[in-house]
Order: sequence, then C-alpha cells, then structure tokens
Amino acid sequence: MTYLIKGAKPYGEDAVDLLLEDGRIAAIGTELAADGAEVVQAAGLVALPGLVDLHTHLREPGREDAETVETGSRAAALGGFTAVHAMANTDPVADTAGVVEQVWRLGQEAGLVDVVPVGAVTVGLEGERLAELGAMADSAARVRVFSDDGHCVSDPALMRRALEYVKAFDGVVAQHAEEPRLTAGAQMHEGDRSASLGLTGWPAAAEEAIIARDVLLAGHVGARLHVCHVSTAGSVEILRWAKSRGVQVTAEVTPHHLLLTDACAETWDPVFKVNPPLRTDADVEALRAGLADGTIDAVGTDHAPHAVEDKESEWAQARPGMLGLEQALSVVVQTMVEPGRLDWRGVADRMSVRPAGIGRLTGHGRPLAVGEPANLLLIDPTARSVVDPAALASRSRNSPYAGRELPGRVVATFLRGSATVLDGKATR
Amino acid sequence: MASSSLPARDAAQAPLLSAADVARVVDRMAHQLIERAASLAPEGDATGGLRDLVLVGIPTRGAPLARRLAARVEAFSGTAVDVGTVDITLYRDDLRRRGVRALEPTVLPAAGIDDRLVVLVDDVLFSGRSVRAALDALRDLGRPRAVQLAVLVDRGHRELPIRADFVGKNVPTSRTQQVKVRLQETDGADEVLVTGGAA
Amino acid sequence: MKRHLLEVADLDRADATLVLDTAAQIDQALAGREVKKLPTLRGRTVVNLFYEDSTRTRISFELAAKRLSADVINFSAKGSSVSKGESLKDTALTLEAMGSDAVVVRHSASGAPHRLANWVRGSVVNAGDGTHEHPTQALLDAYTIRRRLGRLEGVRVAVVGDVLHSRVARSNVGLLHTLGAEVTLVAPPTLLPVGVRSWPAEVSYDLDAVLPKSDVVMMLRVQAERMNASFFPSAREYSRRYGLDAPRMAALPDDAIVMHPGPMNRGMEIAAEVADSVRSTIVEQVANGVSVRMAVLYLLLGGSPQ
Repeated sequence: MTYLIKGAKPYGEDAVDLLLEDGRIAAIGTELAADGAEVVQAAGLVALPGLVDLHTHLREPGREDAETVETGSRAAALGGFTAVHAMANTDPVADTAGVVEQVWRLGQEAGLVDVVPVGAVTVGLEGERLAELGAMADSAARVRVFSDDGHCVSDPALMRRALEYVKAFDGVVAQHAEEPRLTAGAQMHEGDRSASLGLTGWPAAAEEAIIARDVLLAGHVGARLHVCHVSTAGSVEILRWAKSRGVQVTAEVTPHHLLLTDACAETWDPVFKVNPPLRTDADVEALRAGLADGTIDAVGTDHAPHAVEDKESEWAQARPGMLGLEQALSVVVQTMVEPGRLDWRGVADRMSVRPAGIGRLTGHGRPLAVGEPANLLLIDPTARSVVDPAALASRSRNSPYAGRELPGRVVATFLRGSATVLDGKATR
Repeated sequence: MASSSLPARDAAQAPLLSAADVARVVDRMAHQLIERAASLAPEGDATGGLRDLVLVGIPTRGAPLARRLAARVEAFSGTAVDVGTVDITLYRDDLRRRGVRALEPTVLPAAGIDDRLVVLVDDVLFSGRSVRAALDALRDLGRPRAVQLAVLVDRGHRELPIRADFVGKNVPTSRTQQVKVRLQETDGADEVLVTGGAA
Repeated sequence: MKRHLLEVADLDRADATLVLDTAAQIDQALAGREVKKLPTLRGRTVVNLFYEDSTRTRISFELAAKRLSADVINFSAKGSSVSKGESLKDTALTLEAMGSDAVVVRHSASGAPHRLANWVRGSVVNAGDGTHEHPTQALLDAYTIRRRLGRLEGVRVAVVGDVLHSRVARSNVGLLHTLGAEVTLVAPPTLLPVGVRSWPAEVSYDLDAVLPKSDVVMMLRVQAERMNASFFPSAREYSRRYGLDAPRMAALPDDAIVMHPGPMNRGMEIAAEVADSVRSTIVEQVANGVSVRMAVLYLLLGGSPQ
C-alpha cells in the first residue's frame, strides 16, 4: 500500500506532503501526487517519527489475562509507537534465547509494532547469577537491553559483572534502581503523606543510592548504563553529575512520574500504586526539567497492565503498575509541549531518537527524510479528550488517567509504510 | 415536642397562654398533684403520698416543667418531692425518619422509681409517641407502682391510646398548626403560642 | 456526621464533641440500671468484619451494638471464605447482599475500610486499619481524658512509644488536635515516621523532659519484634529510655493520668506498678470504649438511612 499524507507538519514545522512507498518515505514536498496512493488528509496534524518505548510490560507469556503481545502492540500503535521493548519479567522469565525469541515472534505475528525483547540480567530475576546474556544477544531477537526490571540488581559485584559483560555485544543494562533493604514492604513515597496514611514509605534515597553506585561502577568499567523510571529530584542531580563526568549513562522517566504525585494515594485507589512510587511536586518539577535539558534522555512508559482482581483490593495487596502506552504522548504534550519546555523536535528526540539509540535499533528513531524507513505518526495536538479506561485497547483497565482530560490525539501511525492506525483506530 | 427555633412572632398575635397564665396553670397542676398523691398514699404516710411521688420530665421542656411543679408542690405542701429526667431519644420509633438528635440527660433520684408514683411531665401532648417512648424507657429503669402523665398543653390528634392525667390547658388545633411552649429556663420567657394553619 | 467513620479527619470539632457528649449521656442513662439495653437499633444489622485477631475491640463493638439492640454478626477472617482467598470486594458484596446496615472492619492493611466503603451502601466503621488509624480508640481516649480531667482544651498529652507503627497514635494526634489538646510525641527517632514534622504535634526524644509538662501520658504498645529490625538495640534499653516506671510517674504533675490502649507489655513500656496505680485509666478506657462505640453506632445508624 502506498500512502500520500497531505499537509502534515513534520516536527510541527511547515506543512508538506509525504509519500510513503515500499516501506520508506519516498518523497517529501508540496502538492505531491501519486496514482493509486491512499490519501491521508493531515491538515493541522503534526508528523513525528514513530515512538520507541524502552519499557513495556506485555505480560505474555504467563499473564495473558492482563495483556498479550497482540493487545499490547495494539495499544502501542494507538499511542503512536512503532517499537516497544518488552520487559523480561514474564512467566517464564525472558532469561533464555528461547523465551526472547518466542516474544519476538509473537510481535512479528501481531505486526502492529516492532516488539523488541529485553533479556533478564540474572536467572529468574533472582539476582544471583547472570542469565545467558550472549545467547539472547545472538538470538533472532537480537537482544541489546538487559534488565531485571521489577527487581533491582542489588548485588554490586553482580551488577559490575553484568555491566562489563554486555560490552561484548554493545548491550546495556537497564537498572531498576531500588535498594531492597530500604524498601521492604514499601507502599508509597516516604514523606508527609505516607506518615499520615500509615503506609510503609519508599524513600527517595533507596533509588538514589543505587543510581549513585551504578554510575560509579559504569564509569569504572567503561560500560553503558541505563536507568529505568527515574522518579526523584535527587536522581536527576546524580545523573547530571555523572553525565558531566562523562559516564555513559542514560535514563528514562515515565509519563506518570511527569504528571502525578503521591497525593493520588490519598484516594486509596491502588490504580495509583506503582513502583517506584509517585513522588512529590518538587520531584515532578525536577523530572520535567531533567527531561527538558536532556539529563533524562527518554520517556519510557513502564506500561504495566494488571488484571482487575490485582487492583480492586486493599492498597497493600494490589500489584504495582499502571497503563501508559496509549496516553504517553498526551501526557508529554500536557507536561512538556504546552508549557513550552519541549518543542516537537524535542519530543521526537526524547520519545524516538534517543530511546532507539539506547536500544541500538537501526530502523527506528530516524529523521523524517526521504529514503528513511516510513515509521511515523500523525498527531492532532489541539484535540482534547477524557480518558475512558473501557475504551482502551489494552486488555487491562488500570489507567491512572481515567476521567482526566488530556490533550493530543494520535490520528495515524505507520510501521514501515503500512498503517497500523488510521483515523485514530487500529487497522487490525 | 415544641421546636426550639421560633419564627419571628406576629406582633398582632396574642399568646395562648401568657407568663401569668403559665404560672397559674402550673400552680393548679401542683394542687392536683398533691390531691392525687394523697388519694393514692399508702396507709400511714405522713407526707400525704408525696414521699413516693417522683416527677420525671421529658426533655427538653418537660424537664424544667417538672422542676417547677416540684417547687410549687413543696411551696403548697411543705414537702420536697423527687424530680428526675428521662431522655427518650434512644427509645423513639421515628429515628429513621428524623435523623439523629443529640441526647439529653437521664437523671433519676437516688431513691429510684421502684414502687413509687411516677408522674411523667411534658410540655405538649400530641401524637402520644413521646409518652410511649418514655414509658418504654421507664420500664427499663425500674418498676413504679403507678405511672401518670402531666402536660402543660393537650392539643389532641393522638395516634396511640394515651391520655393525660393532669392537663394545664386543652387546646383544639388543626394538624397543620404548631403549638410552641416557651419557658424561661430554655427560651428566656414563659408563653404558649399557636401558629400557622386554621384552628 | 458523615456516613462512615473511616478516620478522625471525618470528624470536625462539633462532630467529635457530639460523639463524646452522646457517650456521656448514654453512660448516665445506663448507670446503675439492671437492664443495660436500649431499643434504639432494633432491626438493624451490624457486621463485625475482623481480618485481624482483636478480641477486645471486637467484643467492645459487639457489646455496644447489642446494647443498642442491633443484630450482630461476627465475621472473622479465620476459617471463613476469606481464608480461602475471597477478596475484600467479594466479601463486601456478600455482606451487602445480606443487608447489613453497618460494617465494623478491622484489617491489617491500611486503607482497607476506605476501599470497603466504595463497595457497600451501609456505614463503615474503621476498627483499626494497618498502621493507619483507629478512630474509635482515639474517641474513647478523648472521652476518658475529658471524664478524668474535665476538659480537653489545652490538655497536654504525651504519646510515647512506637508512633511509626501505631494507628492509635495517628488517630489520637488528629482527634486531640481537633479537640484543642496539645500533643507531644515521644519516641526514639527510629520509631517516628519521616514526615512526622507535618503533624499537629510536638516531637521529643526525651521522655524525662516531657513528663513534668504532661497532664496525660499515653503509652503505646511496643512489639519486641521491632528489636529484631533494629528499631532499638534491646528491650532493656528501650524500657530504660522510654518505659514508664514508678520514678518517672512521680515526675508527673499531681493530677496527671496514665493511659494505655492495651494490650500492655508489662515491664516493657509500662511497669506493673504504674499500670495498676490510681493514675492509670486502663480499665476505665475499656469500659468507656463500649459507651463511645454505642454513641458512634447510634449517630451513624440512628438517623434516616441515606
């Protein structure tokens, strides 16, 4: 199928037509015409390179009642993504070439986004011995990002070895920074609100201590480190310092940490329970500033679907995590674009270019230019709508944005020239 | 019972009972109580039955009325009589309709009420439901020899087979009217008003 | 009054005073009576839903409900469908279907009563949730103080012990503040929550400095297990620094009282001679608990259904 996009504004700049043919951007210009091409009227819409998520939980294999590769892929496409990294904490854990290849194949079959498996750092996420990182790197899934996400690689010696080992295939360890001895039983951010709610606190220092340790280790062994879901102002400061020292560290922030605070816990609704927890207004401000100045490289959704019974419970019994794929771009528009802290090129950089680079994805995060892979999205930045969890493509309903009005509507998404989303609806 | 919040009084409206009327009525009821006590007195009671009399007021305005009656009985007879109050809120059968109310004190004389002549005192007798609740409360508090009822105003419209033994004034009313008793102790002045509706 | 009693913040000063006044009137009405039963809640059903063992609190609520003539169903998590994995929501819907007018809930998870309140139409009374709140305990404590000292305004209350894990402390700080008392929390720093400075209370690490300026000393239970998690080095050291013994009691002003929500660790946070002294209100607190819970049930259920 050939598509002719009429009047879109790449990066929010001057309106042009884009011709998508044979999986590539075949032409960019004004008044383009093409026989037999399906025309997409895009006046007023902003064109961006397809988004890349470094942090998605697709739950398959193991919890197909919460999400599958297919439903998660559809949610991703509707959010404007063309590639997602599928975290390793499935059942069985993605700690062997067999499991990562299975997930990769399921992604290919769904065909809505490129599903890029993340490999576990340690066997069974148990933090005791390294998984077969090389085998996963060499598999059909070509794993480059390794993470025990959900668990911290807390043993410093093991973390050092992991950082060193993946250098052999240009891999990166994505650390879930949480000192487990400081967060036993933790339910929410430790501060004034946890004190009054009587919920065990998750101190900011438990994240910052691990990040500080790991940037020192990464610097020492000359390895790449990626920090998942940075959530505190102190973490941003440590990252800024490490980058100024030349450490090869990158970091991501989730949409929910850019928007929501620990005040949400006062509702006692576990839809707001997440790990790391929602923090304070000051942390939110520091995260936005860090994303704006590039200290934080990327937005990673930490899309974490959970079945209803895992959320309709007491706060302490509920599983942590929230949906993110379908609202990620809207949250970034609200928190970063509308206040003028990021322009559209900045959005493309933090949500496509840099995450693709961190994951070493060659076909994603490319500029909107002739000859490049036709991975792109069209967004109507002026549309506003109220989030209805029942209308989401995810199999789960645990959206923290339920009932909240957010700006921006993804109108179309193209993966290698074929539409995965048109008129705001998934094509399959 | 009468409401404690009163609308602005119509200047032209004369009270049903003035302060002087209230005083006269209370005096008359005190005399009647003394006579009744005497007629029911056990043999050989030198106090004319007043030793066994207990005046139990139903809050809010029954409580000060009971104290006044006791004071007048003592003035006329020279004998002090026991006074108490019994809050009926927790015995009401209309709680679900009316919403919660603050409780008022329940205070019984040290000698209790067993085998004594208890006279319940209230300001207005209307449906009879307050009196029924008071009777239920008394049953839990002891076993009087007899229970009688004294009210300042009987306005009719009974919903239960209850009548007063001592009535200050019978007042024919329509259901839509309101009878308001005001007392010095609770409202700053003594008077009885009938407002609203047609008689 | 709100429909539920989930936390002390549900009570403004007028509401809290109404509860205490109502309890006082009930106490007076029942004093010396042979028949300690009132017909007020006849035909109403109160469910005691207890996910944690707490015999004293359950019995107190049960007695309160029965004295108001409510039908009482005790639903304990042990040996019931709950222990077979039924969720709180399903339990709530079951109770709802059975037509309960009020659910009194004790749960090890903070906020469980708040969740329950989303799923039932009747009133929910928090009988202790995790390390969050225990509002009826705070009400009975306030009631006990008012009875003993005649007032709450300006009364200086020292709350001593494991504030971090104490729902009693959280509820008392909030309610006593609402009622005009001045609260000082006394504990080793490890047993105070980060964020305690945002509470309407003073904080001290020095019990001996606080005692002479206290009208009330409220001792909290300290669990010996905390020692294993290094909240303090040993029971003996805790007791020496933060336990209330006879010499410390002697440092209190003459009229001061000693309270404990129970169950006590005699010899740990409180010496036996203190617990049994005339200053101690510990037994009174238990008796007052019934009156206060009667008042709460009456005020929540006595009125028209919502």
